[in-house]
Amino acid sequence: MTDVVQLEAIHKIYDSGEIPVHAVRGVTLTIRGGEFVAIMGASGSGKSTLMNLLGCLDRPSKGRYLLGGTDVSGLDRNQLADLRNQKLGFVFQGFNLLSRTTARENVELPMLYGRRHYSSREIHERALRSLDIVGLSNRADHFPSQLSGGQQQRVAIARALINEPQILLADEPTGNLDSKTSVEIMGVFQKLNEQGITIVMVTHELDIARYCRRNLIMRDGRLVSDVQVTDRLVATVEMQRLLAAEAEAKLTD
Amino acid sequence: MRFINVIKVALRALRRSAMRSVLTALGIIIGVAAVIAMVSIGNGAKSQVEASIASLGQNIISVFPGSNNSGGMRGGWGSASTLTVEDAAAISAEVAGVVAVSPEMRDRNQVLANGLNWNSQILGEDVSYIDIRLWTIAEGEMFNELDVRSATKVCVIGKTVAAQLFPDSDPVGQNLRIRNIPFRIVGVLNAKGFNFFGSDQDDIVIIPYTSHIKRIARRPNLNSILIQAQSPEQMATIQQDITDLLQQRRNGRDPDFTVRNQQELAEAATATTKTMTVLLGAIAGVSLIVGGIGIMNIMLVSVTERTREIGIRLAVGAHGRDVLTQFLIEAIILSVMGGALGVLLGIGASQLVSKLNGWPVLVSTSAIVGAVAFSAAIGVFFGFYPARKAAQLDPIEALRYE
Repeated sequence: MTDVVQLEAIHKIYDSGEIPVHAVRGVTLTIRGGEFVAIMGASGSGKSTLMNLLGCLDRPSKGRYLLGGTDVSGLDRNQLADLRNQKLGFVFQGFNLLSRTTARENVELPMLYGRRHYSSREIHERALRSLDIVGLSNRADHFPSQLSGGQQQRVAIARALINEPQILLADEPTGNLDSKTSVEIMGVFQKLNEQGITIVMVTHELDIARYCRRNLIMRDGRLVSDVQVTDRLVATVEMQRLLAAEAEAKLTD
Repeated sequence: MRFINVIKVALRALRRSAMRSVLTALGIIIGVAAVIAMVSIGNGAKSQVEASIASLGQNIISVFPGSNNSGGMRGGWGSASTLTVEDAAAISAEVAGVVAVSPEMRDRNQVLANGLNWNSQILGEDVSYIDIRLWTIAEGEMFNELDVRSATKVCVIGKTVAAQLFPDSDPVGQNLRIRNIPFRIVGVLNAKGFNFFGSDQDDIVIIPYTSHIKRIARRPNLNSILIQAQSPEQMATIQQDITDLLQQRRNGRDPDFTVRNQQELAEAATATTKTMTVLLGAIAGVSLIVGGIGIMNIMLVSVTERTREIGIRLAVGAHGRDVLTQFLIEAIILSVMGGALGVLLGIGASQLVSKLNGWPVLVSTSAIVGAVAFSAAIGVFFGFYPARKAAQLDPIEALRYE
């Protein structure tokens, strides 16, 4: 598989305050196509900053960032917007869906901002296909307020997938979810990853990171650990175990 | 983003806070309505003044005698008695573009008839007089050329005189007496009402000018000459030609006459009402600007409220320009819808005012087009700052906004 992401000695310094904050101090990292990476670290370790850099929401102060082989560190605001639109998919902790906008319309959103124009029928069909991937095609016309947290996050995943991005970025995607729903969402990610989609996610939960294939740990703006996950959890198995435990709890109750 | 989608998103956002949108638009609604109502009422007043001036007759030029200077004491305009019937004839014969000429004699006298009496204005005129003044006969007919040539004792009377002297009977065919001379009434004029200066135009007895000279005034000099020009464009030329002709007829003596143009009077009167219209419109325009500030205020609130939404849009690939367009369109929709409702309200208000005051109301198309275009411009102007603020948001900051 080719290298999707190549970071070369990336630095990020915020100098808006009185004291410049050196949030990322020289991260060099390669992520290959089809990988499933978890970035972990305490708060203030720079993992969110690194995520913003990977997601082209922010530009590095120093260093080179190659996305799919092209250098993106020097692009302007609009070029970055186009990159986010075409090559990247975002999933946030707080779902970040537009309220009073149906699930389908939320999923369509990135296509509306694409530089290519599609017919509204094509947009419609692709949104439904994307919702189908996350198993929500029957909820297409529901508003976010009518969906559970897990369902909302699946809509967000469908939105991230609609432009067939090279990489799916998830910032604490299970942070707002209970443990069972978290497993459900990780199941969606694992399924997508098996289909060949590259996923990078930030989490601070160790057991969530165990669903991924590779774990990175950051501390003080540096990568301090980079290991392949050996005792990997499988969401479908974990889900069955949870259901069984629930059933047992009811029996003994 | 496609334009149709931008409109859809904007409409949805406005519907979401419908009450707020309506209240915001209300500023523009009232502003536009006020501009249209004020301009319409102003135009109505102007047209009424114009109509009252037009009722004096169309394209009228008057020649008055000059001032009299006897032993160093100078009389006012018209005090000289130098205007003659020959002058009138010369104008009629020699000046091109003149449609009608009527030598005028004027006098106030007691009029007796039917055992009643009434002090009225006695006018000596030619047959063409009622045509020049756009007057019509209600009953009977106007005296004719022959009456003028032979100085017949006939008259036509105004409605007021008819009402005062013949309260119960038909005046046509009866006699009235001026200076004890009987005049046979051949016609009654239609009512013309009060003129621009407030005097009753129907309080009048018109006799042939020849009869007036011979029997009433008993002097050969005219009070004035009434001239109708063919078209308003020719007025200035004709006025000059008349001046030249009369000057020539006086063989180089000082000019003892003055030529006046009715248009000057009309222009002065309409200028006044025009000033009023502009003034009222300007005051109403201020309320439009206040309405625009209301839009700006609400758009700023809206941008702050929807910071997260903006962040999402930017994160999934919206350019700053897309966000700018979206908020700008929202502001424009607000102001244009306000403008459209304001037009309806303004037309309604001007109709109401016209009903209450009995004025003609002219809803001017230019005021409508102007007000709507102006309200759209206000949307752009006052919507731009909030929209630009939204477009320049940093996506990370915006997504983090609570």
